[in-house]
Amino acid sequence: MYAFDYHRPTSARQAADLASQFEDMKFLAGGHTLLPTMKMRLAGPTNLVDLGQIAELRGIERSGDTLSIGAMTKHAEVAHSADVRQAIPALAELAEVIGDPHVRNRGTMGGSVANNDPSADYPAACLALNATIVTDRREIAADDFFQGIFTTALDEGEIITRIAFPVPSQAAYAKFRNPASRYALVGVFVARFADGVRMAVTGAGSNGVFRMPEMEQALAQNFAPEALNGIAAPEDEMNSDIHADAAYRAHLVGVMTRRAVQAAASRS
Amino acid sequence: MTATGIGAPVRRKEDQRFVTGQGRYVDDFNRPGQAYAYFLRSPHAHAAIRSIDVGAAQTMPGALAVFTGDDLAADKIGGLICGWMIHSKDGTPMKAGPHPALAQGKVRYVGDHVAVVIAETLAQAKDAAEAIVVDYDVLPAVVDTAEAAKSSVQVHDVSPDNTVFNWHLGDKDATEAAFAKAKHVTKIDLVNNRLVPNPIEPRAALGEYDFGTDNYTLYTTSQNPHVARLVLSAFIGVAPEHKLRVIAPDVGGGFGSKIFIYAEETVCVWAAKKVKRPVKWTSDRTEAFLADAHGRDHVTHAEMATDENGKILGLRVHTTANLGAYLSTFSSSVPTYLYAPLLSGQYDIPAIYCEVDGVYTNTAPVDAYRGAGRPEATFVVERLVEKTARELKQDPAEFRRKNYITQFPHQTPVIMAYDTGDYAASLDKALELADYRNFQARKQESARRGKLRGLGFSSYIEACGIAPSQAVGSLGAGVGLWESAEVRVNPTGSVEVLTGSHSHGQGHETTFAQLVSDRLGIPIDQVSIVHGDTDKVQFGMGTYGSRSGAVGMSAIAKAIDKVIAKGRKVAAHVLEASEGDIEFKDGRFGVAGTDRSLAFGEVALQAYIAHKFSGQDLEPGLKEGAFYDPTNFTFPAGVHICEVEIDPDTGVTTIERWTAVDDFGVIINPMIVEGQVHGGIAQGVGQALLEGAVYDRSGQLVTASFNDYCMPRANDLPSFQVGMTVTPCPSNPLGIKGCGEAGAIAAPPAVINAITDALGHEDIAMPATPQAVWRAAQKARMPMAAE
Ligand SMILES: Cc1cc2nc3c(=O)[nH]c(=O)nc-3n(C[C@H](O)[C@H](O)[C@H](O)COP(=O)(O)OP(=O)(O)OC[C@H]3O[C@@H](n4cnc5c(N)ncnc54)[C@H](O)[C@@H]3O)c2cc1C
Repeated sequence: MYAFDYHRPTSARQAADLASQFEDMKFLAGGHTLLPTMKMRLAGPTNLVDLGQIAELRGIERSGDTLSIGAMTKHAEVAHSADVRQAIPALAELAEVIGDPHVRNRGTMGGSVANNDPSADYPAACLALNATIVTDRREIAADDFFQGIFTTALDEGEIITRIAFPVPSQAAYAKFRNPASRYALVGVFVARFADGVRMAVTGAGSNGVFRMPEMEQALAQNFAPEALNGIAAPEDEMNSDIHADAAYRAHLVGVMTRRAVQAAASRS
Repeated sequence: MTATGIGAPVRRKEDQRFVTGQGRYVDDFNRPGQAYAYFLRSPHAHAAIRSIDVGAAQTMPGALAVFTGDDLAADKIGGLICGWMIHSKDGTPMKAGPHPALAQGKVRYVGDHVAVVIAETLAQAKDAAEAIVVDYDVLPAVVDTAEAAKSSVQVHDVSPDNTVFNWHLGDKDATEAAFAKAKHVTKIDLVNNRLVPNPIEPRAALGEYDFGTDNYTLYTTSQNPHVARLVLSAFIGVAPEHKLRVIAPDVGGGFGSKIFIYAEETVCVWAAKKVKRPVKWTSDRTEAFLADAHGRDHVTHAEMATDENGKILGLRVHTTANLGAYLSTFSSSVPTYLYAPLLSGQYDIPAIYCEVDGVYTNTAPVDAYRGAGRPEATFVVERLVEKTARELKQDPAEFRRKNYITQFPHQTPVIMAYDTGDYAASLDKALELADYRNFQARKQESARRGKLRGLGFSSYIEACGIAPSQAVGSLGAGVGLWESAEVRVNPTGSVEVLTGSHSHGQGHETTFAQLVSDRLGIPIDQVSIVHGDTDKVQFGMGTYGSRSGAVGMSAIAKAIDKVIAKGRKVAAHVLEASEGDIEFKDGRFGVAGTDRSLAFGEVALQAYIAHKFSGQDLEPGLKEGAFYDPTNFTFPAGVHICEVEIDPDTGVTTIERWTAVDDFGVIINPMIVEGQVHGGIAQGVGQALLEGAVYDRSGQLVTASFNDYCMPRANDLPSFQVGMTVTPCPSNPLGIKGCGEAGAIAAPPAVINAITDALGHEDIAMPATPQAVWRAAQKARMPMAAE
């Protein structure tokens, strides 16, 4: 790790001010992505602005058909929240299969979403649930937010404050874990709303999290695994690595989507 | 059996400190004035070094010194050695290239040591290392085991075709004749995947030099500190043997990777004198992936000949073994003498012929890893036996039974003389525990749920406690393979045992104390086991190859016998009886036929106060030592049965049942033995399903972290059913065979045999990842589409 200056603001405003002062700065959330890269000297920010003391970035609130989760909420808090379990149980279940207990008790939703790792779990939930990413400057629809691997709509120094999830009628997440890292090799989040179905796939795409409109339309007609027959994920848009090549990933998208639909449909 | 004697499931004494965080590992030691070493490693798999400019690095804040291979050479520090000479078929000695501790002119794998920075802090050492300018001429690399001998890339000038040796074992003509009269020949091609050892504690070294006494001290993560001292002094030449103290304190797992003498400890001892400061190096996980000696990495073609009754007539095997970029300490012995002599398995095979080509590649050195050669051999034999049985449409259990060796001793065609065993007994017990009878019903039940169920056997044998020294010397070993022990009885009757074995997870502090408690009839808490310090223990060969029970404890038993003999002399004087009338029983020395006796502790006190005998008749004190050299290997064997269920939609394999029935001879502590079996199976399952080191074509290690290299986790494993059968080993005084590696040896073929059974075809490589299994399941479903 290279030397850096450490700052601990207590409001988003202060954090943004600090961010604007330094050229080579990073926000620090759970640190589970940032710190390992710093330790391996792959990243060397000169200033770290720790978001850990900012109360407004915390907390889970349900109001009407929206569940709003603070950016600094840890995965374990999402997994165990009664509000989340009641409103969107699939989201709590997703949080429960992120990494291991250490990771879940440090890593944050905001950090995960800001990072947009192509095999992270939350991006699939955000996209399928049509979430709104709320920042200290604006509100960004999930469809506009995720812009390819490790790339988002966030501007320099922009802070995610909350993420607002519309509450679906039925939803489920089916994750096929990378055996080594336990990130998603393929993860599919399916959400059914009064006005249609959305689904999103993480882990598989060579350009990060993505939706499959053809599947969504078929599921809107018939919310059952059989509706997906004949619809395949495009192999040439799949990621390929030592764990899974494009053909296998494309195949797993089909399997995991069916399993997610099955699980969502059986939810009352 | 007493509560703490041989056979008792005594809780591990050492766990008190381990589970309360009080263990002391090398990195826990800090010496006054300590500086830190950081090794600049090659980012290239193969490159000539045109120049190294350390000027800027030397002036970086906190930098004390920067050294390169030239500095070691100037001080006449020798290269690292390979301690086992292998001769090729044509009688020529193996062709081994130099192995400098810091590169000289060339780097040969990613992670190879280019230079070392010694600095006040580790961060400063890393900063300074970034300022070293190395001008590389990057060369093409060869990484693939099967390609190495054909490659135009040459790793070492002295080794044409990258070939270190073309070795063979067995009778070629007899084997050809057996195949000529065979009714059936089964052929198989196998890859034994490369593994990264990954002990939980990474390697570390702390070197120190005392200018007042000219003494060197090395704290190091070693399985065999005396061997480290011998190699560092006699061969590498960093310090004279009598001036070098090597301490291997608590060591957090080794699995073979800490047997070897590496560049880092060599440099730390040497540099401590150069910079006049203690020098510490602790590997990080990335360095461990890159530069710990890896394991396995064989490519094999094997054939088995059978007659019309399904009796095995012969076995022929050709293996190419990847040795990596340099020959690590025992690397040459692993794919040769630790491999081919096990190819008879548990079977009566009249003729065996095995050829092994050892090749260099631009990859990390490969050496012994849990099982070392024996897992590779077992994989060949057990895959081939299973495949043969299937081709002959015979029940794989009965096919094995028909071919088992039943008469002992049994001389195999490949060196080994098996002393004892009852293979059918293990098979019967395993079939029973595994509920083999109802397997078909379980398979049908799985099929109803759309799942594929399969069952695989592994009827393994291993050879532990490699010995006797005379024999291994004749096969090329550079050392003897005996063990030493010293039993020191204190005046109060408590006992310290100094052993040349080293515990790094095995529980010696408990099992060795059980032996002493049992033999001397004293409470186990009156016994301490001392190991891992060359200033305390005179000499020892260390712990690997499941030798510490069979060899190390036998040395202790021998020393205990001498203590008892001396105690009888002392007791005879005190009790005024003749020595011949003194019996030692249940911890008391008594006069036969009388009620006069002394407790062991009373005799110890008498030995030290020496009031009851004259110094002319008997030396005071009670301390005895022994060196024990076995007369043979030991041959643990057993049957493991693995039952899997495969989800054909995803390729995920779930191990539903695991039955292990092992014959380890006499068991000292069944709880510890079960633990060893569990751990070994976990490692074997890791190899079969999860683990595999992957280099890309340019020689970059793709699996250089746990993100990509998959270690087994608890939920990858079932709850094991472990059973035992016992045939005591006749070649050592305790009847022990050894248990440390059995699981890792037995498991891989059991898993793959189960998967191939479930899929209904044989073509699946390790690790059998979900992707690989899915693809194989596709092929099995659509034989027409397979190509
Ligand atoms: C061993 C391990 C296993 C893991 N397994 C999984 C898994 O299975 N699934 C999964 O999805 N994830 C997994 N993760 C990732 C982890 O769960 C975190 O989500 C991830 O590390 C990012 O969150 P963080 O809070 O740690 O962010 P940090 O590492 O602190 O930050 C990550 C990046 O986001 C930026 N950032 C953080 N917060 C904000 C904010 N509020 N506004 C703007 N920018 C911000 C930071 O500046 C940084 O660039 C794993 C991580 C580890 C170490």
